Amino acid sequence: MSQAAGTSISEAAKAAPESKTGKTRNRREQKWVWGLFSAPGIATLILLFVVPFYVVIAIAAGTLDIFESPVPAWNPLHWSGANFSAIFHDLVGQGAFIGPTFVRTVVYVVIASLLCLLIAYPTAYFVTRWAGRRKVLFLVLLIAPFWVSYMMRMLAWIDLLQTDGYINKALVNLHITSQPIDWLGGHASTVILGLVYGYIPYMIIVLYAGLDRIDQRLIEAGGDLGLNRWRTFTRITLPLSRQTIMTGLLITALPMMGDYFTNQLLSATPSTSMIGNLIDGQLSTPGLLPQGSALSLLLLVVLLPLMAYYVYQTYAAADRAA
Amino acid sequence: MAVDSATRVGDSPSVASGGGAGNALPVAKRRRRPPWRNPWRHAWFLEGFTWLYLIWSIVPIGLAVLFSFNKGKSQSAWQGFSLRWYITDPVNSVLHGAVYHQAVIQTLRLSFLTTVITVPLGVAFAIGINRWRTRTSASFNFVMILSFVVPELIFGVALFSVFSQLYTNIKLGTWAEVLGLVVWNISWPAIIVVARLVSIGPSFEEAAADLGASRFEAVRRVLLPLLSPAIFASAVLVFAGVIDDFVIVDLLSSSASSQPVSVLIYSTTRGGNNGPALNAIATIMLFVSLIVATLGYFAYRWMTRGERGAGSEGALANIAGM
Repeated sequence: MSQAAGTSISEAAKAAPESKTGKTRNRREQKWVWGLFSAPGIATLILLFVVPFYVVIAIAAGTLDIFESPVPAWNPLHWSGANFSAIFHDLVGQGAFIGPTFVRTVVYVVIASLLCLLIAYPTAYFVTRWAGRRKVLFLVLLIAPFWVSYMMRMLAWIDLLQTDGYINKALVNLHITSQPIDWLGGHASTVILGLVYGYIPYMIIVLYAGLDRIDQRLIEAGGDLGLNRWRTFTRITLPLSRQTIMTGLLITALPMMGDYFTNQLLSATPSTSMIGNLIDGQLSTPGLLPQGSALSLLLLVVLLPLMAYYVYQTYAAADRAA
Repeated sequence: MAVDSATRVGDSPSVASGGGAGNALPVAKRRRRPPWRNPWRHAWFLEGFTWLYLIWSIVPIGLAVLFSFNKGKSQSAWQGFSLRWYITDPVNSVLHGAVYHQAVIQTLRLSFLTTVITVPLGVAFAIGINRWRTRTSASFNFVMILSFVVPELIFGVALFSVFSQLYTNIKLGTWAEVLGLVVWNISWPAIIVVARLVSIGPSFEEAAADLGASRFEAVRRVLLPLLSPAIFASAVLVFAGVIDDFVIVDLLSSSASSQPVSVLIYSTTRGGNNGPALNAIATIMLFVSLIVATLGYFAYRWMTRGERGAGSEGALANIAGM
């Protein structure tokens, strides 16, 4: 899942003007050569990133033939808004089912990302600042789950949460509940737990890298100048890590918005389904590809400000570093 | 990576407080702080919290690994150690069940092909983009960063649409999966190599040019050796990222023969009737990832030996994409 740690990504935006060292004999030829280097990558991005999104638009703005297979509208002049208005009716109209699902998705994602932050921040803070000589040990343990596949981590919780699993055994033995709870039968809390457990390694990596870059002398100065630990944190560390926190929240929230597998594995009940489940369902149902395309475009539009903010942060960080 | 300042902090509390008390004895006498007011005391609460987090994040995975060695069918009651789900079971073991070992082979095949294609593509793209500096290169740098943050499901819908509507001569299956994974992962080598290029600067290449090297010679004999740790780290990340990937391979796999491990776990677990064989293939993939990470770590350390700021911490951070 390459949505992880985009901290060195800030460097990538350093497309700042070239330093004007005098050694630019026949500059035009030089540029042409560098263009050649990036040409295969650019071609790949055009053919397999830009064109696919155009196809999604064409399908969403197209129609179905009599066999229920989509007829993409390749020409923008022939685009129709029928699928979008169908989606819109399901979003707000009577008997709308997309609207509630969308609200539920946002609620789950907000709760899960905030929980990720609340758990990951103290942990990353401790390891960057207090682990001392054991820092490498803690770092290994912190990034270990990053190397365990998402599906394996979900599988682990499915094992634990079964009606005869260890969680229920513990709860019954401790007399917290008298009957085992069917955790996998459609509990919002289970889905949120799965999201937190699934995405927290990415948050940890972003927070660790960000907090580790804070100049420790500033924090020490806070203590030297008589701030107690809490005020050192709220006055120095927290303000300095604001951008890191935003990056961490985006890096977990954006993929969560398109998550359908966590939900499907840990609940598989319509009452907890998220927007990703709708899109996934439409994709695998004949005749619903245009609506699925329209819905994912709408999701993209909704998430575009967040993505833009992330890209903007990236460029801003590169400018600061330059 | 603030390696030196970080290790210093671990030792500094006693030094700093001791020194402070020695220099300002009268002050210390006048106002003896109770231990909980000492700003340099160890953060016991944070340490406890960190350990709780580590237990929560690692124990479920450990249990899932353990149950892959279970003698019985249960994934929640320990019935003794056996290699039944790996080797001995005539039907449902990884060795004898075609579904299972096909999935393992498919995952390794996808990881290998994707890494071999993505890394050269991304490295050349990064070198070109970093030196070309035109409007075109800036736009595609932007597209590349966008591909890093777009939710995987939305990109997956786009890939599914393009392969089912436009590039119809590429059937859903292994090659569609590889092409999708290449684009999804191209930002790793691109971002990491650009970051390294920025820190290297143009002086080495200029020196090579002054000494009579052609541009390609300068890239091959000066730049690529300097970039090799970054290239290597990105290869590790791409390889492990493909093992972890789910959404793209799920949407682009056509039949059981092109299903990698992640998709097999997902589709089998959804029905609820799953046995420890799933834990066994998940465990095998876990060990592949960990071996790749460990080899990556030691190779990275070896490649960066003698560099300023090189160390276990920096190597760990780099192979985790920080």
